[in-house]
Amino acid sequence: MSQAASLPWLASHEFRLGWRDWVSLMTAGGRRRARNAVIALIIFAAFMHVFAYWTVAAYANANLASDTATLVGLTGTLVLSWSLLLSQAMESVTRAFYARSDLDLILTSPASARKVFAVRMGRIATAAIAIAVLLAAPFINVLAFLGGSRWLGAYGVVAAMGAVATAAALALTIALFRVVGAKRTRLIAQIVAAVIGAAFVIGLQVAAIFSAGSLSRFTALQSDWTLRHAPVADSAFWWPARAVLGDYAALAAVLAFSIVFLAGSIALFSRRFGEHAVAAAGVSSTTVRQRRWSLAFRRRSAGRVLRQKEWALLRRDPWLISQTLMQILYLIPPALLLWITFGKGNDAFVVLIPVVVMAAGQLAGGLAWLSISGEDAPDLVATAPIAAHRVLAAKIEAVIGMIALIFAPLVGMMAFGEVYAALVCAVGILAAAAASTMIQLCFRVQARRSQFRRRQTSSRIATFAEAFSSIAWAATSALAAAQTWAALGAAVIALGLLAAIWLVSPSRA
Amino acid sequence: MNSQNFPVALALRGVSKRFDRPAVDALDLTVYGGEFYALVGPNGAGKTTTLRMVVGLLAPDAGSICIEGIDALSDPVAAKQLTAWVSDEPMIYDKLTPYEYLEFVAGLWRIEPAAAEARARELIGWLGLEPHAHERCEGFSKGMRQKVALAGALVHDPKLIILDEPLTGLDAGTARQVKNVLRERVHAGGTVIMSTHILEVAERMADRIGVIAGGRLIAEGTLDDLRRQTGETATSLEDTFLTLVAEQEAAA
Repeated sequence: MSQAASLPWLASHEFRLGWRDWVSLMTAGGRRRARNAVIALIIFAAFMHVFAYWTVAAYANANLASDTATLVGLTGTLVLSWSLLLSQAMESVTRAFYARSDLDLILTSPASARKVFAVRMGRIATAAIAIAVLLAAPFINVLAFLGGSRWLGAYGVVAAMGAVATAAALALTIALFRVVGAKRTRLIAQIVAAVIGAAFVIGLQVAAIFSAGSLSRFTALQSDWTLRHAPVADSAFWWPARAVLGDYAALAAVLAFSIVFLAGSIALFSRRFGEHAVAAAGVSSTTVRQRRWSLAFRRRSAGRVLRQKEWALLRRDPWLISQTLMQILYLIPPALLLWITFGKGNDAFVVLIPVVVMAAGQLAGGLAWLSISGEDAPDLVATAPIAAHRVLAAKIEAVIGMIALIFAPLVGMMAFGEVYAALVCAVGILAAAAASTMIQLCFRVQARRSQFRRRQTSSRIATFAEAFSSIAWAATSALAAAQTWAALGAAVIALGLLAAIWLVSPSRA
Repeated sequence: MNSQNFPVALALRGVSKRFDRPAVDALDLTVYGGEFYALVGPNGAGKTTTLRMVVGLLAPDAGSICIEGIDALSDPVAAKQLTAWVSDEPMIYDKLTPYEYLEFVAGLWRIEPAAAEARARELIGWLGLEPHAHERCEGFSKGMRQKVALAGALVHDPKLIILDEPLTGLDAGTARQVKNVLRERVHAGGTVIMSTHILEVAERMADRIGVIAGGRLIAEGTLDDLRRQTGETATSLEDTFLTLVAEQEAAA
């Protein structure tokens, strides 16, 4: 057994907590759920291997030369994956600064805070590496099975990417603390993390759309301009790509660099981590004064009081606004592609409408969760002299009202082009939003609004149902906009999906 | 005070609630108008479950609940119009100010805006919240949050206010402010039912005390009544309480 408060002792404590967090996230504590989670993981792993076979099997035995085109394509894919890892690592590092669960105990104990935080950073890095390796494993396994052991070096590259992403996330977050201060770092870091995760994908897709009218990011990576301006083939810039292709010297260099970079970051920042954690602890006492035109209480119905409360809470929470609107960001490239491709004449609406309807469904799901499950004073509302169905109606109206406010300008602009298309779009938006709201009603669980990011893990069925429902309503709207009777069939599928969700929902039990 | 000359504010008859085991077991309880009634009992005795059923947060498995003569199970909205609930964990909105919170509560209870505003100003003054009335609640301490929750409970002038361990975690000054407000409420003719584990508070503030254990009301009355039940005359409520609970556990 290791000595108390030593690095190994602290590491074993951190990793035990990390393991239990993960198990509890997967199983929600139930023995039966644990079995179901294992079965689901096995099915997911099998599915991912099939998917990997479908996507990469052709490359396994290909005689991939280390030419610039191959290296650019491979490096682009690695950078794309790395940006997502960086985004996740930034989320984890920011959470570690602001979570108060055990920081008070740590900072008041005689144990070296530097050691504790070094271990904590190690845990974040390990989690990032584990997730990266797990997600990449099916692809590497398929390549290695079909193409030989040279592909196994990719495991090392993926692990190195996880380590470098964590080190970069540490540096970025500490830099934010120093530049904008503890008060603003949380919000900005989370927005930066989301933007980093989305920007690279979106940027490449937008570039591809304008250059070749294709949604594929590879189109932009293989363009003449990119290949002309890429570094020479023997540049160190290509080491990660070379390592993936089986160059063991490049692999050793990549691994060495990632280990040094991560260890250096941890050594450099572990002392600052404590200072910034203390600074972050003082943020909650920041005072925000509200001004209003009149201090007189206003005469309003109970429903209006509830709706306005929902809108005020959302309006005053920039973090929640950024998290909910971020989903729309991913819809920019397909919308742009559709506009560029079919932008001549009113046919463009037929392909634009489903994108808008899909966005409305996804956005409504998030807003409905906040309004229905994320009620911070459930006892107050439940003990108020208002029938439960009126409370629910007011909350649904608040969600639909917000959706209407966001999408009305778009539908209005559409109406100038073609009234029928605008009408179909409006009905589609309402249907998708109502369906997502109904799904949230079926799967409602009491939670704090601050748990918004974890809402997907509370019910995976609700998350998938919301996505499928939005897709079904998007398809219905597209077919309706194209004026085909097949729209009725799609609508029946969308309604059938809702009926199935209602039948299996826990609120009905 | 002989509270039994007053109308019944709350009547529970045969109320039962079972989770894994019976939490409340055929409970009969009567609280009179203008009375300060303290509900005491060991952890897991069924105090919170009982109070949550009264305010409509839990549905009883059996029995009836009448608030000011209104059947709370068949007409919950009318019953809720007369009641207020304060729990040990103040649930307020971080992004609203105390003033906005009180306006929100007054709107839910459909109180005349002018009257609600006057009452809100009065409560904010009583509870010492003026300097923070227009600050968002997100930076408030537990005591401040509890004061805001209490102001919210009183802004609609309820006939019956029900509090579950409202003094837990409050400092002496805040606890005294809360007790003063509750005492004033009773003097004004309101009824207060409070569960507490601070026996000294029950002893000093309550007109009658109900001792609950194993989901049943095992003793009830003034402090003197309770002492007589234990056959001892010169003991504190703590001694009386421990004796009653020990007798109940021995009998169970």
